[in-house]
Amino acid sequence: MAKRTTTAKASPKPAAPVAAAASDAERTLHMSLLRSMLLQRRFEERCAEAYAIGRIGGFCHLYIGQEAVSTGTLSHLRPDDYMITTYRDHGQALARGLTPRSVMAELFGRVDGCAGGKGGSMHMFDKATGFLGGHGIVGGHLPIATGVGFAIKYRGGDQVICCLFGEAAVNNGAFHESLNMAALWKLPVIFIIENNRYGMGTAVERASAINDIYQRASSYDMHRGVVDGQDVLAVRAAIDEAVTRARTEQSPTLLEMRTYRFMGHSMSDAVSGTYRSKAELDEYLKRDPIALLRAHMEERGTLTEQVMQELDTELKAIVQDAWDFAEASPEPPLEALMENVYVDTTSDTGNAAGAWS
Amino acid sequence: MAIITYRDALNQALREEMQRDARVFLMGEEVGVYQGAYKVSKGLLQEFGEMRVVDTPITELGFAGVGVGAAMVGLRPVIEFMTWNFALLALDQVVNAAAKMLYMSGGQFNIPMVFRGPNGAALQLGAQHSQAWESWLAHIPGLKVVAPGTPYDAKGLLKAAIRDDNPVCVLEGEMLYNNKGEVPDGEYIVPLGVADLKRKGEHATIVTWGKQVLVAMAAADQLAKDGITIDVVDLRSIRPLDERAIIDSVRKTNRCVVLEEGWYFAGVGAQITDLVQRECFDDLDSPVIRVTQADAPMPYAKGLEKAAKADMPKTIAAVRRALYLD
Ligand SMILES: Cc1ncc(C[n+]2csc(CCOP(=O)(O)OP(=O)(O)O)c2C)c(N)n1
Repeated sequence: MAKRTTTAKASPKPAAPVAAAASDAERTLHMSLLRSMLLQRRFEERCAEAYAIGRIGGFCHLYIGQEAVSTGTLSHLRPDDYMITTYRDHGQALARGLTPRSVMAELFGRVDGCAGGKGGSMHMFDKATGFLGGHGIVGGHLPIATGVGFAIKYRGGDQVICCLFGEAAVNNGAFHESLNMAALWKLPVIFIIENNRYGMGTAVERASAINDIYQRASSYDMHRGVVDGQDVLAVRAAIDEAVTRARTEQSPTLLEMRTYRFMGHSMSDAVSGTYRSKAELDEYLKRDPIALLRAHMEERGTLTEQVMQELDTELKAIVQDAWDFAEASPEPPLEALMENVYVDTTSDTGNAAGAWS
Repeated sequence: MAIITYRDALNQALREEMQRDARVFLMGEEVGVYQGAYKVSKGLLQEFGEMRVVDTPITELGFAGVGVGAAMVGLRPVIEFMTWNFALLALDQVVNAAAKMLYMSGGQFNIPMVFRGPNGAALQLGAQHSQAWESWLAHIPGLKVVAPGTPYDAKGLLKAAIRDDNPVCVLEGEMLYNNKGEVPDGEYIVPLGVADLKRKGEHATIVTWGKQVLVAMAAADQLAKDGITIDVVDLRSIRPLDERAIIDSVRKTNRCVVLEEGWYFAGVGAQITDLVQRECFDDLDSPVIRVTQADAPMPYAKGLEKAAKADMPKTIAAVRRALYLD
């Protein structure tokens, strides 16, 4: 993906019909990607169930169909890198390594949730893994990501921040302000558009003056590319290139991941009907990211039916455990209401030497 | 004690805090090469370099958010708005991000940062450039809001704001930058949330803050000629609010005038009036009277602008009314 050019959509699949047998490394990679995606899927299927019976309240946006983006992206990050995202954040939190227990407990509004029950579905946070939040204002977290990139550069580190957002955000001023600053100051930020074709019920063509929205980066002379967001290996390859550039040249990239959400915008939205047809949905369901990886793995000999079944059983048990844990976790005590409005500390010592914590 | 301007007092605060802590940086429009739209950051680029004194494009929402992001991962940004009028474009970051991050994250991410710049009206700048924002900002749980009226308080409060581990909005005054006052030579801090009794009297209390402190002091001078003495309670911080200082003064004088620069409707004065009626009900000899800007956008024409502002004659008239003299 050279600057100012389009990346091919192709995934790095073996070119020759008689490819070499899969190495252990390939097998391990495939299994970890499959595991990550399938965990998100099984987890969110139970979220839908929990929502239906009132365990989860408020707005709840499922990620089902888009798992290749989170998994492909986050499988590349180091533990000390950062990531920030929107309200559609359960899958990404899991892919970043937050425990299913802490995410489910947050969804249930319980003290053991990753934000103590104060964030909810849209606001997952975890300092330990550099998960800087699910954010509820469309476009609002892009300037924040840019600031994290600024801080990385300020401290002279080689970390990166991945910032995920829906395609509707590219029409908002925060997007443009952020891309301009990131390009102007050469910041290690990877802006990742999850183009699932709809911002609620508004198709991208009805909202954006250009349809190849990654080309918006051309206004900022920024590296850019478009990626098959259903192909986890293609996502990985694109992220690899962007991360390397961010680490070594500290320059930003805009990637458009073409994906699709298989569920409604939120729990109150029908899966298809007013703004998209059942036929369209069915067409996209054929490109389920998990099924695609599974087919590829079977072709490469890295997955058998039995292993798949065992994995599925294991993940379902993990999700059940998360549910049970969340259910058993207490609701926050009423004292928590007025806690965390302010901290009562000040920086009394300063840090003249610039020793970064 | 040196006599320096409010501008230089702020400049000293920035310099000292940047020397003391490498995590502190200043970012905003024209803060570097131009040396600050109001020259508050004079010399800082030369001393600290481009990474710590950062000129931005005209992108308020963007750079306010850059500050929030940098604060989330351990830096201590000072974000300068050329004036608070322009901060309106950045309110999403101030209100939805900076103020709520600690709470939404269940206590994981505090935001140690400062938003600062001139607030309120100067002279004949018209409707869009002449607004006082404290009631908007102080309304938000998670934000602290301070408004220094003197060079001493400007330096001490800005230093305290930079050291505070919460987001703090520092409301300066375009008309104050040239004002001079005594500032100690050594290090000092004015703690957030502590009011200052700028003048002692017996007959009435004027509660005020920011640039209106000067108006209150001038009004008190005039009233003294008629033998009326005034407690001038300079809040300095609007949030956290030093309720004790207000209550103590009103219990002593039994009369309260609240003088603020901004509009009447849902202004900070309404909050203070609520406090006084609750805590000093039996002490009051007259209703609390509020002096505010006229409830209209700021006009340009000189005469109209003067008529709109909460000035000394209106303050004097309010005190006299509180004393049933007129
Ligand atoms: C600034 C703002 N305007 C409107 C909304 C309401 N809203 C929430 S999600 C959404 C659609 C966003 O679509 P997109 O960015 O493509 O992300 P997706 O939901 O598809 O993941 C809208 C309009 C909001 N949260 N923030």
